[in-house]
Amino acid sequence: MDCLAPRGILSELDSTCDRLFERWLGWERILAFSADRQEEAGMEQTAVQKQFSNTTVSGEPVNALYTSDLLKGFEPELELGLPGHFPYTRGIHESMYRDRLWTMRQFAGFGRPADTNRRFRFLLAQRQTGLSTAFDLPTLMGLDSDDLRSAGEVGRLGVAMDTVDDMLELFEQINLERTSVSMTINAPAIVIMAFYLAAARTRGFDWRQLRGTIQNDILKEFHAQNEVVYPPEPSVRLVVDLIEFCTRQAPKWNTVSISGYHIREAGSTASQELAFTLADGCHYVRECLKRKMKVDEFAPRLSFFFNAHNDLFEEVAKYRAARSLWAELMRDEFGAQSEASCKLRFHAQTAGCTLQAQQPQVNLIRVAYQALAAVLGGCQSLHTNSMDETLALPSEHAATLALRTQQVLAYETGVTNTVDPLGGSYFVESFTRRMKDEARGYFRALADQGGMIAAIENGYFRREIAEAAFAQQRAIDAEQRLIVGVNAFQQAEDEPIPIMEIDPAIETAQVKSLRRIKGTRSADGVRRSLDELRKAADDRSNVLPALVEAADERATVQECTQALADVFGRFRPSASW
Amino acid sequence: MHERTKPQRVLLAKVGLDGHDRGIKVVARGLRDAGFHVIYAGLWQSIEAVVQATQEEDVDWLGVSILNGAHMTLIPQLLDELHRRGLTDVGVIVGGIIREGDQKKLKEMGVQACFGSGASINSIVDFLSSCGNR
Repeated sequence: MDCLAPRGILSELDSTCDRLFERWLGWERILAFSADRQEEAGMEQTAVQKQFSNTTVSGEPVNALYTSDLLKGFEPELELGLPGHFPYTRGIHESMYRDRLWTMRQFAGFGRPADTNRRFRFLLAQRQTGLSTAFDLPTLMGLDSDDLRSAGEVGRLGVAMDTVDDMLELFEQINLERTSVSMTINAPAIVIMAFYLAAARTRGFDWRQLRGTIQNDILKEFHAQNEVVYPPEPSVRLVVDLIEFCTRQAPKWNTVSISGYHIREAGSTASQELAFTLADGCHYVRECLKRKMKVDEFAPRLSFFFNAHNDLFEEVAKYRAARSLWAELMRDEFGAQSEASCKLRFHAQTAGCTLQAQQPQVNLIRVAYQALAAVLGGCQSLHTNSMDETLALPSEHAATLALRTQQVLAYETGVTNTVDPLGGSYFVESFTRRMKDEARGYFRALADQGGMIAAIENGYFRREIAEAAFAQQRAIDAEQRLIVGVNAFQQAEDEPIPIMEIDPAIETAQVKSLRRIKGTRSADGVRRSLDELRKAADDRSNVLPALVEAADERATVQECTQALADVFGRFRPSASW
Repeated sequence: MHERTKPQRVLLAKVGLDGHDRGIKVVARGLRDAGFHVIYAGLWQSIEAVVQATQEEDVDWLGVSILNGAHMTLIPQLLDELHRRGLTDVGVIVGGIIREGDQKKLKEMGVQACFGSGASINSIVDFLSSCGNR
C-alpha cells in the first residue's frame, strides 16, 4: 500500500464503507421484517443473533472442520473392526437393523397394577414390542403403600406394588415367555425380581424362558439418583446375588442394566456418563469374579442403558466409544473369551432433562432428534419420552405420539438401511477417540482414589456431577446456550396440552387392598420366611431363594426390604452440594 | 454510603421420598454466589424436621423442591406446621414440577412463588432480593 497516496486509500475505504452500509441496511430490513413477524406471532425478539458457543452440549470444543490430519495413525480395521466383530465400535451385529429393528420399549406405570396392566395391553396393541415397568416411589424406596412416608406418592410416578398379588395383576393376560419385560427398580431390585419369579411360576411359566431386564444397578443410585436403602457394599452384594441366581435359573434374563442415563440426567457431561457407567460395570464384574463365577457365564447378560441427549454427534461418539471400550475391558482385563461377553448391548432413552415445560409440543421435535442419535449410535432398544413429561405422567395421546416417533424413524427415514452410517466420518471418529481417552482418564482418577467404593464414600461422583450441572445452568442463564422457549424464542402464551391426572382415590384403594391381604395371609408363614431371609443375608448365602418363598407367603416389599436392613443397616446420602 | 444489608438466610430442603436433587443443588450454589447464606438440609426430610430447622436456623426463606407430584399433599402440611409454630414471617418458595393450576392453589395457601424447570438462577435471586429481608 502506498502511504503517500491517502486519497486513493480513502476512496477505496469509501467504497468499502458504502458496500458495508448497503449490506447493513439490508440486514436492518431483514431484522425489522423478522421482528415484525415475531411480534405478529406474539413472540418477543430475543438473543437470536447471538453467536453459537462452538462447543458440544457437554462443553467440549468442536472444530469448524475435521480432516484426516486429526486422525493421525487411524487404523480402521483395528480401531473399528467390522460391525458384529471385535471391538464392535460399529455395532454388535453384522447387519444391525436390516435383520432386526431395535425394540421399541416405552416406560410406563401409574396407579394400581390393574391401571398399568391396561396401559401395557394398550401399548402392545399399538405394536410396541416390549414392556417397561415404572414403579412408584414408595416401591423404589422399599416402602409399602400404607407406610406414613408413602402418603401422597402411591401410584403417582409409577405403579404401586406391595405383594406378589400386585405382580400377578400387573401382568394379567400377558404371556411372560413371549413378551420381553423390563423393570426399573434398584435398591429393592432383588425383592421385585423374587415377586416376578414367584408370579411367573404361579402362572406356569418356565423361568428358563423368561425374557427381560431388571435395572438392578445400585451404583448409579449412589452417584446420581439417590434411591438407596443399604450402604454401598451390601447393596452391591444384592446386585451380585441376583446376577448369580438368574445366570443359573433364568438364563435369558438380563440381570443388570448398567445405567448412565440417570448420571446424565443429574447433570454429568457425556464423557462422565460414559466413564462412570463403564466403571460401574467393571465393579460388578469384579465382584462376580470374586464369587468364583465364570466371566463368560454371566457377562453376556449384563446390559447397558444410556441417555440420548441433544448433541447428536457427541451422543453417537459416546455409544461407539462405549462399545469399543467395553469390548477391550472384557477381553483384556477380565479375560472374556466369548463374543457375547464383549458385546455391549444397550437401551437408550431420550433425555428427560432436556424437555421443557414452555411450549411443550416442541419437546416432540427434541425427542425425534435424540432418538435419531440413539439409532445412528446402534441402540438395541429405545424409549422416546412423551412431550408432556415435564408436566405430568404421559397422557395416552402423548405416549402414542412418542411411540409413533420411533415408528417414523424405523419405517420412513431410511436410517435402518445401512450399518453405522456415520462410521469413517473424520468428525465422528475423532470424537469417538476423544471420548475413549477421556473415559480412560476418569478410570485412572477412580483407581487413584482407591476404587469404586472409596470414590463413592468420599463423594467424588456427586461432586463431579454437581460441578457439571452447575456449569450447564450458568451457560443457559448467560445465554451462551439457547433453549427454545426458555431463554430464546419465548411465546407469550403456551398452547396448553391435556394432562393426565392421577386420582387420589388410587392410594386409598391400594392401601385397602394391602390391608386385606395382610389380614388373610398366614402370619406364621410370613414370619418364618422373613426369618429365613435374615438368616441367608447374615450367613452370606444367596438371598433370592428365600425371597421367592417370602413372596409366595405374601410378605410385602417393605417387610422384605426391612428384613434385609435388619442385617445390612441403612444409608442416607450426604447433603453436600 | 449505603448501609450494607445483612445477607438473607435461606434453608433449602427436599421433602418426601423424591430423590431429584439436581435442581436444588444448582439453586443452592447460585444463591450462595449471589450472596445469600444457604443451608441445604438434604434428601428425605420430614415436614417436622424441615420446620424444626427453619426455626433453629432463623431463616428468612424456606425453599422446598418437589418433582414427584406429591406437592399438593406435602406443601399444605408444611404450611400448617409453620403456622402452628408461629413461623408466619418465613417466606416459602417451591421448586420442581408444579403445574399452573396447582401453583395458583399453592399461592393462595401462602406460598410466595413457584419456580419450574427452565427458571433461571437470576429469576430466583431477583425474586428473593425484591422481597427484601423478611
